[in-house]
Amino acid sequence: MATLSFDAVEKRYGAVPVLHRVDLEVADGEFVVLVGSSGCGKSTLLRCIAGLETISSGELRLGGQRVNEVAPRDRDVAMVFQSYALYPHMTVRENMAFALELRKHPETAARVADAARMLELGHLLDRYPKELSGGQRQRVAMGRAIVRRPKVFLFDEPLSNLDASLRQQLRVELRRLHRELATTTVYVTHDQVEAMTLADRIVVLDKGVIQQVGTPDELFFEPANRFVAGFIGSPSMNFLKKLEAGVWVGVRPNDVHIGGGGTGPVYRAEVEVVEKMGFEAMVHLRLGDERLIARVEGAPPAGTVELSFGRSYRFDAETGARRP
Amino acid sequence: MQTPGPLRMILVHIALLAVTLLTLFPVLWVVKMAVEPGQALQLTVNPFPTSFSLQNFRDVVSTTAADGTWLFGWQLLNSLVISGATALVGLCLACTAGYALSRWGFPGREEAMGLFLLTQMFPGVMMSVPLYMLLERAGLLDTMTGLILVYSTTSVPFATWNLKGYFDTIPKDLEEAAMMDGAGRWTTFTKIILPLARPALAVTGLFAFISAWNEFILAATMLGDERRYTLPIVLKGYVGEFSAEWGHFAAAAILVSVPVTVLFFILQRHLVEGLTAGSVKG
Repeated sequence: MATLSFDAVEKRYGAVPVLHRVDLEVADGEFVVLVGSSGCGKSTLLRCIAGLETISSGELRLGGQRVNEVAPRDRDVAMVFQSYALYPHMTVRENMAFALELRKHPETAARVADAARMLELGHLLDRYPKELSGGQRQRVAMGRAIVRRPKVFLFDEPLSNLDASLRQQLRVELRRLHRELATTTVYVTHDQVEAMTLADRIVVLDKGVIQQVGTPDELFFEPANRFVAGFIGSPSMNFLKKLEAGVWVGVRPNDVHIGGGGTGPVYRAEVEVVEKMGFEAMVHLRLGDERLIARVEGAPPAGTVELSFGRSYRFDAETGARRP
Repeated sequence: MQTPGPLRMILVHIALLAVTLLTLFPVLWVVKMAVEPGQALQLTVNPFPTSFSLQNFRDVVSTTAADGTWLFGWQLLNSLVISGATALVGLCLACTAGYALSRWGFPGREEAMGLFLLTQMFPGVMMSVPLYMLLERAGLLDTMTGLILVYSTTSVPFATWNLKGYFDTIPKDLEEAAMMDGAGRWTTFTKIILPLARPALAVTGLFAFISAWNEFILAATMLGDERRYTLPIVLKGYVGEFSAEWGHFAAAAILVSVPVTVLFFILQRHLVEGLTAGSVKG
């Protein structure tokens, strides 16, 4: 277990910068999720922690010690890959024991048994990876990381190859595991739902620059800029340009009140499409020539409606920065 | 898809039958010549033996030199040792070279790959003179070591290309996972990469073995003493300019093909895996 600190870390491929001056402190035992769309540098940042990518400038400290020049195998960091990267010629047991056997660890068998019990893999220990389902492979990959009891866990989009229901189930399992083990964890995903449900703190990245660092609630209720506001929350925040000069007005779908309930001005809008989701419905509206979505409980409206906003945000039309 | 009509089926089968006969006849003739007594070349329409004797085999196996040395035994051993060593040298050098070429960019990488290909373009005959001169200077003419080196000049480049191609299909994630698990480069190579490349190693090794086993021209050029001969030279010896012992030739030909056939059967499982390797994602 360890703290993790980035001090002005940069990564360039040739002259092309991928990460710009990353400053970040991860506390001991914290679960930090890096989110951003593809190509934002989140995976590169993770690989820098692993030692699979070198850092161009700045300093990375693990447990207070500079690790810029330390080889991956000496960092005591375990990583779960998107592809799982299970050794195909080894059984589940051998896969999980590999790291400890390299170190001739005396408790290898006990540790593997322990991890297998924790992940309910006991009955699969003598199978080969090709004989397992996607979810089982994912659990073996986690088991391989757990048996090592490393300083830090790294996860690189570990759930992205699984179907939705399995993803949700493993999300809960991951959360439970983290509570049990309390190991410092850095988790990369492009899925903001995963980020919101798993993280102690979320780091939002865009084009290699950290946009905001905060708890899920901080990011949801107090986004620093338009990018974060649009990225966090599902369906995403509505942005309207024509209500106020030089400003994007942002309203979350649950703050769009149809037929009253909000404060401030009342607008008239047309209902275009209604997506029914059982308990609630997503109502797609047209306000002038701009579109927005309202989350509505109960019977969805039709035709022309009156709407008002609950909480709204203002972002600079030029820079996207949040305005008071 | 529509089922082909009866006429089409008959025509297809006639064509298949013709090709099968064309392939089988020479083999059957060799068997016929080997098991019928006598040394005449008889290309009769009937491919099946009319009489049976193992005399030709006995003659071939019991060939001895003037001083009573058991020639066939030595020659068989020569062939086995030379082919086995060629395969071994080829695999050992090629697996490390192929891995390096597959995983790292370094100055001269492209050129090395190109040169490796270039060596494959020249036929053995053309290489025989320079190779002969090199061996003579090194004092390795008429030795097994010399011939193994000569064969390696073609087996190493081929094996390198082959194995590089296979290593390319092994995901990099696996190596990175091993490195995170605490393995160094060498451990990753021996514990992860090589076991996964087993099918490719089997195909490549077998190919090097068979090429060396069947090679005639370079062997005939580099070897002088009949005690050092490999089996293809022996085979050629039965059919000379002035006399042709077709019975002995046929018997020897069958004996020569036995080890390769056995190897094929043993490695068959890996062969199929190796030839289709990379086509299906695991």
